[in-house]
Amino acid sequence: MRRVCLEMVHQLARSQRQVIFIGSDLGSGTLQAMQKELPEQFFMEGIAEQNLIGVAAGMAMEGYIPYVNTIATFITRRCLEQIAVDLCLPNLPVRLIANGGGLVYAPLGPTHTTQEDIALLRALPNMTIVAPADAPEMTRLMEQTVDWPGPIYIRLAKGGDPLVSRQEDGFRIGQAICLRQGTDVLLLSYGVMVQRSLQTAALLAEQGISCAVYNCHTLKPLDSSLLSVMAAARLVVTAEEHSLIGGLGSAVLEMLMDAGLLKAVLRLGLPDQFPHRYGSQEQQLAGLGLDAEGMSQRIQQRLAGLP
Amino acid sequence: MSDAVNEPLDERSRYLRRLVFRAMQGGGRGHPGSALSLIEIVRVLYDDILQVRPAGFDWPQRDRCILSKGHGCLALYAILADKKFFPLEELDRFCRLDAMLGGHPELGMVPGVEASTGALGHGLSIAAGMALAAQRKGEKHRVMVILGDGELDEGSVWEAAMFAAKHRLDHLTAIVDYNKLQSYGPVEQVQGLEPLLDKWRAFGFAVEEVDGHNPAALRALFARLPLTAGKPTAILCHTVKGKGVPMAENNPNWHHKSSFKAEELAHLQSALGS
Repeated sequence: MRRVCLEMVHQLARSQRQVIFIGSDLGSGTLQAMQKELPEQFFMEGIAEQNLIGVAAGMAMEGYIPYVNTIATFITRRCLEQIAVDLCLPNLPVRLIANGGGLVYAPLGPTHTTQEDIALLRALPNMTIVAPADAPEMTRLMEQTVDWPGPIYIRLAKGGDPLVSRQEDGFRIGQAICLRQGTDVLLLSYGVMVQRSLQTAALLAEQGISCAVYNCHTLKPLDSSLLSVMAAARLVVTAEEHSLIGGLGSAVLEMLMDAGLLKAVLRLGLPDQFPHRYGSQEQQLAGLGLDAEGMSQRIQQRLAGLP
Repeated sequence: MSDAVNEPLDERSRYLRRLVFRAMQGGGRGHPGSALSLIEIVRVLYDDILQVRPAGFDWPQRDRCILSKGHGCLALYAILADKKFFPLEELDRFCRLDAMLGGHPELGMVPGVEASTGALGHGLSIAAGMALAAQRKGEKHRVMVILGDGELDEGSVWEAAMFAAKHRLDHLTAIVDYNKLQSYGPVEQVQGLEPLLDKWRAFGFAVEEVDGHNPAALRALFARLPLTAGKPTAILCHTVKGKGVPMAENNPNWHHKSSFKAEELAHLQSALGS
């Protein structure tokens, strides 16, 4: 997904001279083809993330469309003030490409994983937050990023993830995509959790439970047309590779409460604690019950407790 | 270092200071000390150096000037009002609920303001981005950024300095209002900066120092920019916090004020005229 995303920056930069790429100190060879072909639009500016954001703001004020890339947690934790004041306040078209959202960097430990990036940025006015489910969806998203008026945070998954998105569904920033119809349960997710949600729905179907799955790739603005879909379900479930504080689950509860809609909601996500564990993303998600088996059990338990 | 800092201020410098206090009385608050050390810097920039147009202020070929030490905004507002970027009467509504002019400058709210500042350590990066954009587009306008000395505590300033030197941004000038006093007390006690000239030089800048209250010296130095082809410039302006109001000079209690006593008002009038 990351490779596809960066190749799309190269492709966009070819047709639009105002598109530029700004990396920190990325892996050797990153976007080498772009560096060779479009050296005037390629920047690798060192381990100075706060400066990268400020420079991107200055260039955006002068008509450029900067795509800034580094590790998710280094963008969000370290540069929150630059993002708020330099990008969101003047509403500049800077795109933040965040490597390793969630537990992708599980083996590297809690300095590198991020469980609160969406919570932090969701609270900033003017920010748009997108987390595609797979590489083809990333391509469809990137095509739309050039003309989007304000800042965008693009959360990348691990790469090599199973394909779940479909060409025929198209892609619009801010519009959730129905991947599976269902009547009992409505399962909402994004990123790599979409694939797990589809597997969960298949397991539930074996138990005679009808489960719809929506890909909520845009966390902000959250698609308001989900309200009518949620109203029709017995149980709304959110599944995310993010803290239970401030992510999709929180956004869904806010939307429901603000609309005066009282629904049974089950939120699945990362607990409010640092992991203190390593292993792989897969292992950590499974350990937290965020695999198809664990999710379908939690959903069945919750359904059994409903009136 | 050029001429001494204790030359008497001329009428234009005293007039601009009166505008600072007009706004402070309008808003009932402000950072007077931080604005008064800046007056001659912004006066010379806007009177003699910067190519700007009050009407149609976003003219693409204009010189850019960012006040990175946003808390010095009363000096910027005074000169922008004097130059008719907006009516002088806006000063009287400073910091009010529906005012144009807030306690820190905001892009899009105030004609002539190039970036929203107030959170320190942002301006040099933004200015460097603007300067790089101009370099890539082959545009000739200058980018000036005014930094506080206390602001230089921020690590992001030095990230931006390395970036500017790497890209040889010689139409970028960092002007340091070196008044030696930050909010809590003397810079050398809170977080010493010396040897400051050597620091900027080591970071790849062409460096000069000047009496920041001497308009002629400032004018002569700014007219020589860029000091060295292929290098960004840093100018250390030796200034006095609260300059022009003896009671406020070098007095940390005048960093921010929200009210004036009767004797302070009388003192202002005697120092600055009316």
